[in-house]
Amino acid sequence: MKQTINVGFIGNPNCGKTTLFNAYTGANLKVANWPGVTVEKKEGHTHFEGQDYKLIDLPGIYSLTSYTMEERVSRDCILSDEIDVIIDVVDASSLERNLYLTLQLIELGKPVILALNMMDIVEERGMEIDLHRLPEMLGIPVIPVSARKRTGLSILMHAVAHHQTGLAQSPLIHHHHTPQSVKHKHNHHAEFAMVYEDYIEDKIDAIREHVLVTYPDFPNKRWLAIKYLENDLDVIQKWPLKNIDFKKLNHETDIINQKYNFIEEIVAETLVNKSSKEARTDKIDQYLTGKYLGLPIFLLIMALVFFLTFTVGDFLKGYFEIGLEYFSTFVGGLLDAIHANDIITSLVVDGIIAGVGGILTFLPNIFILFLALAFLEDSGYMARVAFVMDDIMSRLGLSGRAFIPLLVGFGCSVPAVMASRALEHPKDRLKTILITPFMSCSARLPVYVLFSSMFFGKYAMLACYSMYVLGILVAIAVAYILSKIDGSTADHALLIELPEYKSPNPRTIAIYVWEKVKDYLNRAGTVIFLASVVMWVILNFGPQGYCADISQSFGSYIGKLIVPLFKPIGLGYWQIIVALIAGIAAKEVVVSSCGVLFGISNIATAEGMNAAFSALTAMGFGIANAYAMMVFCLLYVPCTATIATIYREVNSRKRTAAYVLFQLGVAWLVSFLFYHGISLFLT
Amino acid sequence: MLLKEGKNHHTYKVLSVKLEETELEKRLQALGLTEGSLITVLNNDKKGSMTVKFRGTRFAVGKKIADHIHVLEV
Repeated sequence: MKQTINVGFIGNPNCGKTTLFNAYTGANLKVANWPGVTVEKKEGHTHFEGQDYKLIDLPGIYSLTSYTMEERVSRDCILSDEIDVIIDVVDASSLERNLYLTLQLIELGKPVILALNMMDIVEERGMEIDLHRLPEMLGIPVIPVSARKRTGLSILMHAVAHHQTGLAQSPLIHHHHTPQSVKHKHNHHAEFAMVYEDYIEDKIDAIREHVLVTYPDFPNKRWLAIKYLENDLDVIQKWPLKNIDFKKLNHETDIINQKYNFIEEIVAETLVNKSSKEARTDKIDQYLTGKYLGLPIFLLIMALVFFLTFTVGDFLKGYFEIGLEYFSTFVGGLLDAIHANDIITSLVVDGIIAGVGGILTFLPNIFILFLALAFLEDSGYMARVAFVMDDIMSRLGLSGRAFIPLLVGFGCSVPAVMASRALEHPKDRLKTILITPFMSCSARLPVYVLFSSMFFGKYAMLACYSMYVLGILVAIAVAYILSKIDGSTADHALLIELPEYKSPNPRTIAIYVWEKVKDYLNRAGTVIFLASVVMWVILNFGPQGYCADISQSFGSYIGKLIVPLFKPIGLGYWQIIVALIAGIAAKEVVVSSCGVLFGISNIATAEGMNAAFSALTAMGFGIANAYAMMVFCLLYVPCTATIATIYREVNSRKRTAAYVLFQLGVAWLVSFLFYHGISLFLT
Repeated sequence: MLLKEGKNHHTYKVLSVKLEETELEKRLQALGLTEGSLITVLNNDKKGSMTVKFRGTRFAVGKKIADHIHVLEV
């Protein structure tokens, strides 16, 4: 028995391959790049029945040609000695599309095990797969697994152990259905799953003879012959054959077509009860993707999602806030009772509980938002959104799918940036991540409410509303200018699979929501915890050490230092700057910081606002300044949590820093314009 | 004719797929959209993107793709 069996995981994008891979390896991973290219390579280990396995996660691909870096990397890796057995992860709910890669893998000649993932979805759709017939037709073991529910995992590894040599291949049983394949001169059906029509098989056999002479040691001569016939440039370059003009022998299209013909045969024989759900999907699509109804229905659904998120969510949030206050008082009392140091009490109560707790109160909103999104995703509607919004979004050089993150951005920038992961093209994703924070998140509203109620009187609502519109306009303008710069409108082309509709699975939704919530909690526990502590230090410590008076703190010194930078935009007051700095922790902190900085304990009440209003007007802070303040809050650096999320998504410190600086620049510029515009208008 | 000119619920035979991006062209090929294959238009009411069905799967394709696929009514 070999010391370690090397297993390669391969499959189409979104087939659940990574989930399956993670189910075996857990967090025990080695992530690197494939030599010479920027494609990520993940390796892990697992142990099963006294046998060690090294697992290699290959990139998600649709085929094994050599046109993309991912395909070349996967093919070279499989051909090399690096891999003993291939696990081909297949999304059972779209068998037609996934089997193409499977046939190519089988043709490569290494032992292949088919992991039939997402069988639960197949069952939900009322379909069945003939698990007896499928391996007969493909000649490889077929193991139903569920990556999410972690079922079938041991059986899959068992199959790997048994089939590592490829000798224990199952017998191939082929029934002839199509008229042209009734008779073969060659009886290849006993050897190979994929047998082409005779004129191709003739050529394969002929070229094979040449290969036998030129490359006697090449393990899979039939594969090489097929690749020559496909005019695969990579293969022709690596293993040149004399005396054959491959240009004249191009059968690439025939080979693809015949593979798909065979796939149609497989699907016809193994997939039972397919058509019943199809008719229903067509009927639903008539409305949901219709010319006139598509957009209104989508907007209505989104309105409902937001209604739920912000009414029900805010309702629950109220209770969270009460709980937090109770907890905060309780801990404060406890620390008092044990005569804890003032500094410690302040750190725990004002720093950590206020910071982390403030973020946790958003949990109900986040939970409901993702519950709704999971529902839309799992039902199959989300893919349609891309189609419905594509025409509008493509004018901005973005894909239709980018609309979702932007919309989520009205709720909270953190899940919005996370939602951009659904975008296929990295360029689209990066651009969406950059503009998403411009959408006015709910945490910014308290700032608008405070300043607009103080300065705009009966027009307060209008002033608040204008922030939302301004955010959208800035996002659109930035996207438009960027698309003009990189010319991405030219190469943007929508191509997305529209799955059949199904009733959402509670389990799938639960897992999806739990993952997002867990992500959010993790962040609250790490980054936001740290940020809260750092902000607390800046606002409570000064050159003389701990100080209760915020005007002696480091924060005030920093604020005073950068006053000149903020003068041109009407915000050259150190208290305002400190509030803005504090707002980086979380935007709503701007409000509470203003309260602390101006020594007003109840700034959100009418009384408090009057006091703040007099304090501000005494400093010469007027309507133009107030509006500039609102604009700046709308556009400047999103909160720490968002920055942390951006960093995790773009995976580059430099890029994250560039994004933050860009957003600061935009905020400064737009505030500048509004401050001077309004000032001019008023005089 | 071009795929973008196709009528709803009509099935066409693909004559050629010539896109500026080879990568995208090869991806369509790998998805089974080859010369000689059949494609059914599901919804072509909008000016831009459209929905189609080929090899048993529904897809939404953008105008940039649909304008570069030549088809013939069958």
